[in-house]
Amino acid sequence: MNTACPATPRILLRKTNLDKPLWEKLFMDIPYIVKPREDTGLYNAKVGIWLFLASEVMLFGALFSSYILLRVGAAAGTWPHGLLNVALGTINTLVLICSSVTVVMSWASLKLGNFGRYRIYQSITLLCALTFLGIKSVEYHDKFNHYEVIQTDGRIVDGHLVERTKDFDLAKKTGAVTLLGHFVEKTEAGAHEATAKHAEHSNITIPVAQIKKMENYGPWHSTYLAIYFTLTGLHALHVFAGAAVIFVIWGPLAGLWKTDPARYTNRIEISGLFWHFVDLVWIFLFPVLYLL
Amino acid sequence: MSDSHDIHHVHQAVRRYLIVFGALLVGTLLTVWASYVHFIHFHIGGAEINTNVVVALFIASVKAFLVAGYFMHLISERKMIYGILTATGFFFVGLMFLTIWAMHDYPMLTIK
Amino acid sequence: MQPTTHALPHPGVLESHHEELSFWRKYIFATDHKVIGIQYGITGLSFLFFGFCLVALMRWQLAYPGASIPVIGGSLNAILGDAMMNKSPQGGYFMAAELYNAFGAMHGTIMVFLAIVPLAFAAFGNLIVPLQIGAADMAFPRINMASYQAYFMGGVIMLVSFFIPGGAAQAGWTSYSPLASIIATDGQTFWLIGMVFLITSSLLGAVNFIATIIQLRAPGMTWMRLPFFCWAQFVTAFLLLLAFPPLEAAAVMQLMDKVAHTSFFLPTGLVIAGKAAEISGGGSPLLWQHLFWFLGHPEVYVLILPAMGIVCEIIANNTRKPIWGYKSLVYSVLVIGFLSFIVWAHHMYLTGMGTKISTFFQTTTMIISVPSVIILTCLFLSLWGGSIRFNTPMLFALAFLPMFGIGGLTGLPLGFNFSDIHLHDTYYIIAHFHYIVAPGTIFGLFAGIYYWFPKVTGRTMSEHLGKIHFWGSLIFMNLVFLPMFAQGMAGLGRRMYDGGATYANSAETIGIPLDMIHRNVSISHAAWALGLAQIPFIFNFFWSLKHGKKVTSDNHWGSTTLEWQTPTPPPHGNFLKPPVVYRGPYEYSVPGHAQDFTPQNQP
Repeated sequence: MNTACPATPRILLRKTNLDKPLWEKLFMDIPYIVKPREDTGLYNAKVGIWLFLASEVMLFGALFSSYILLRVGAAAGTWPHGLLNVALGTINTLVLICSSVTVVMSWASLKLGNFGRYRIYQSITLLCALTFLGIKSVEYHDKFNHYEVIQTDGRIVDGHLVERTKDFDLAKKTGAVTLLGHFVEKTEAGAHEATAKHAEHSNITIPVAQIKKMENYGPWHSTYLAIYFTLTGLHALHVFAGAAVIFVIWGPLAGLWKTDPARYTNRIEISGLFWHFVDLVWIFLFPVLYLL
Repeated sequence: MSDSHDIHHVHQAVRRYLIVFGALLVGTLLTVWASYVHFIHFHIGGAEINTNVVVALFIASVKAFLVAGYFMHLISERKMIYGILTATGFFFVGLMFLTIWAMHDYPMLTIK
Repeated sequence: MQPTTHALPHPGVLESHHEELSFWRKYIFATDHKVIGIQYGITGLSFLFFGFCLVALMRWQLAYPGASIPVIGGSLNAILGDAMMNKSPQGGYFMAAELYNAFGAMHGTIMVFLAIVPLAFAAFGNLIVPLQIGAADMAFPRINMASYQAYFMGGVIMLVSFFIPGGAAQAGWTSYSPLASIIATDGQTFWLIGMVFLITSSLLGAVNFIATIIQLRAPGMTWMRLPFFCWAQFVTAFLLLLAFPPLEAAAVMQLMDKVAHTSFFLPTGLVIAGKAAEISGGGSPLLWQHLFWFLGHPEVYVLILPAMGIVCEIIANNTRKPIWGYKSLVYSVLVIGFLSFIVWAHHMYLTGMGTKISTFFQTTTMIISVPSVIILTCLFLSLWGGSIRFNTPMLFALAFLPMFGIGGLTGLPLGFNFSDIHLHDTYYIIAHFHYIVAPGTIFGLFAGIYYWFPKVTGRTMSEHLGKIHFWGSLIFMNLVFLPMFAQGMAGLGRRMYDGGATYANSAETIGIPLDMIHRNVSISHAAWALGLAQIPFIFNFFWSLKHGKKVTSDNHWGSTTLEWQTPTPPPHGNFLKPPVVYRGPYEYSVPGHAQDFTPQNQP
C-alpha cells in the first residue's frame, strides 16, 4: 500500500537551487550558547552544568548513604575515631574555601572587564587546588606508612614504619621491621581507640618470625578506611578535574576573551559552579570523616 | 554588560562574597571547636541522639547553604533550576531515607 | 508563547561551516546528532544480535543438557579455551557451567546496557528528538560525541572480557555481592570498569537530552505541543540522570572490593569454600542490592518509555486521528518517572525485609501500575474509529499494546510480597520482564526503524519482507515466553545450568513436573526460529539502504510532526528555515482542511 498521502506536495526540498550538497551547508545554528533563552532565562551550558551537578548530588549522596549505613551497621566499638589529622583537614577546608572565593572574585573581575585581575585570582585558585591535593597526598602517604602488627604472642603494635631490614620478607620469615609506635592495650584486633594517641611512642623492632599479621592502614584495613579512601579519592579526582578545566580556560583558551568576552565569562561561571560544588562536598566530608 | 547598573550589582556582589567568606571561615573553626566539646546526648523515644553529630551536620548545612546560595547564586536562580534541584533533592532523600528505613526493618537482623 | 520568526544566522557563522569534512570528522568523530544517532543505532543493533546469539547457545544447553553443541562447538572451544567448554564423551564439546553463567550474566548486561538503552534512548533520541522539537542539533554536540565514545569503550571492554583468562563476569547482570566479589576471575572487574564507562555515557547523554529539550525547542513549541515521543525521552533522560549515579557509586565500591580488597559489601564472618575469608568485614551485601535496584527499577522505565513514545507517534500517524488523551499521556509519563524512584525494593522482598517497609514498597508498586494502564488505555482508545493503515510499523506498534499489556499485568503478582515469594527467581519472572522488553520494547524499536527509515535514508523498506518479519517475530516471541509462565509457576528456577533436570520430580525438593522441564525443548526451538525470523529484517535493512524504493515526498507517511518537514535526509543543521510551531503534535483529519494532516509548522 502506498501510504504517502497524495495530497502531499511532491516537492523534495533537496531540489532547491543550491550549489553545494546539502550536507555541507548549515542553515541553522545552535542558539542560546551565550544569550539566555527568553522563557527559561538560562543559556544552554548553565542548564547543562546544573543537570550534571544534580547527577553528582546523587553520586555523592549514594556514597554518603553508604557511609551512614556502614557506620550504623558497624559492631559497637569498631568504628575508629581520631584516626585522621584534624589540623591538616582543617587547613584543607580553609584552602578550599579560599579557592571558592577566588573563583567568584575572578568571575566578578571578568564581569567588570578586568582580565588581569581575573588571571591573578584564578592563579590563586589553581595554587589552592595544588595545595589541597598536596596535603591530601601527605595524608594518604601517612596512612600507607601506618602499620598494625599482630604478634604471634597476641600483642598488637601500632605505629609508623621507620625501616625494614634488607632481608625483610614476610613469606620467608626473615628479617625485622621497626615501627615508631606503641603496644595497643587491648589485644583483640581492631578494637583500639583514639586514646592510643596519648600513649608513649617509641621505636619498636619486631623480628618477622614474631609477626602473625602485618597490615597498613589502606582501604583494606577497615570499612571506615574503605569509605574514607573512596570518598576522598573520588573528591580528589573532582578537585583535579575542576582545576584542569580552570587551568585550560585560564591558559590555552584565553584567546576567547578577545573574540567573545561574554562567552568566556560564561565559561568561568560554569567551571566556577562545578568548583563550588566540589567545595560543598568537602564541607560535608570534613566533619563526617575527620571529626565525628 | 558593562553598563553602570550592572557594575553596581557586581560591586554589591563582591561585598557579599567577602562577608560569606568570613562566615565560612568562622563556621569551619566552629565545627572543629564543637567536635572537641562533648554535648549532652538526648533520648527521643528509645533512640539516643548524638548531639555532636547533629551540631556538626547543622554547621555543615549552614556552610553548604552559604556556598550554594551566594557563590553559586542559587538564592536568585531561575525556576527551571529550582525545579531540577527539587526533584534531585526529593530522590536523594528517598534514596537515603528509604534505604536506611529498609535496613532497620529487617526483623532477623535486629534480633539480639 | 507568541510565535516569533527567527532571523537566519549571521553570514559569518554560516561561512565557518562550509569546509568539507573529512571521512573521520563526518562519520567517526561526528558531532552531528543524526550521525551519532546512526552510530548508536548500528552499534546497538549489533549488540542486540550478539546478545541474542549468547542466549541461543544457552538455550541449547537448557534443552539438551550436556549434549555437544552441533556445528560450532569445536570453534567455540578454539575461541574460548578448554576451561570454558567441556568435552563430551560422545565427541564434540558442550558448554561448561562457568561459560553458561558468563553468557547468562552478559546476555542481561548486553541487552539492557549495550543494546536496548543505546537503541531506544540514544539512537532514536539522537535521531528524532532534535528534529521533532525543531532544533539545529543537540545542545552540546561535542559532549554528544563523547557520550557515544564512552559507550563504545564500555562495549569494547565488555567484549574483551570474554577472552580474558576465566572469562566474562559470571554473577548475573545484577552482580550481587558477595558472590560477584569473591569469584576469583577478573571478569567482574572488567564488567565494573565497563559499567563505569556505560554509566558515564548515559549521564552525558541524559544531560544533553534534557538541556536540548528545555533550551532548543523551536519558537512556538510549548511544552504541551511537544510530541509524546519527546516527553517520553525527556522523562527517560531524567531517570538516567538521577538513578544511574547511585549505581556508579556502587560500581566504584564493588571495584574497590575487587581491586583494593575492601569490604563494602562483604560481611563480617564471611566463609568462602569452608574457609574464613581474609577480609576486614563489616560490609553490607544488602547495600549493594539497594543501590543496584535504585537504578534497576527506573531502568525498567528507561527501557519501556521510549518505546511507548515511538508507538504513540506511529499510532497517531496511522489511525489518521489525534491521540486520545494527550494530556493524560503526558501527566502519566511524569507520574511514572516520579514514582519509579520509590518502588525499587520490590525486587528485594526475599531478603527478609520487615512488614512495614514491604508494605510501603508494595503500595508504591501498585500505584505505579495506574499511570502505565492509563497510557495503554489511551493508546487503545486512540484506535477507536480510526481508518487504520496496516503497514509494517503500525503492525509492530499494534502488537506492542497487548504484548506490553501481558508483561505489565503479569508483573502485578510480583509486586505483592506474598505471591512474589513463590514466583521470585523462577522462569515466571523471566517471562514477565521479557514480555515487557522483547515483544514490548523491541517491537517498539522495530516499529520505529520501519517508520523513520525513509526519513533517514530517503528510501523505504520492503513491506512484504517487513510483514514476514512481523508475523514470524510475533508468533515465535509468544512461543518462547508464554510457556515460561507455566514453568515458573511450577517452580522452575531461573539460573539453572541443566534447565532444572536435577530437580525433576525429586522427592527431596519441591519436584518440578517433568513435562515442565520438557518444555525447555520446544522453547529452545522457538527461540532459534525467532532468530531465523530476523533474517528478513536484516536482509531488508541492508538491501533497502541501496535498492529500496526512493521516497517521493519528504513527508513519506503524511505526518504532522516536525521531523518530516525537513529535507530527506535532513542536512547538517536540519531545517532550511528555522521552523515556527503553530499547533499541537497530532492534528490529523482536522475538519475543513484539504489534507488529512496539518503539520505543526503550518500557520
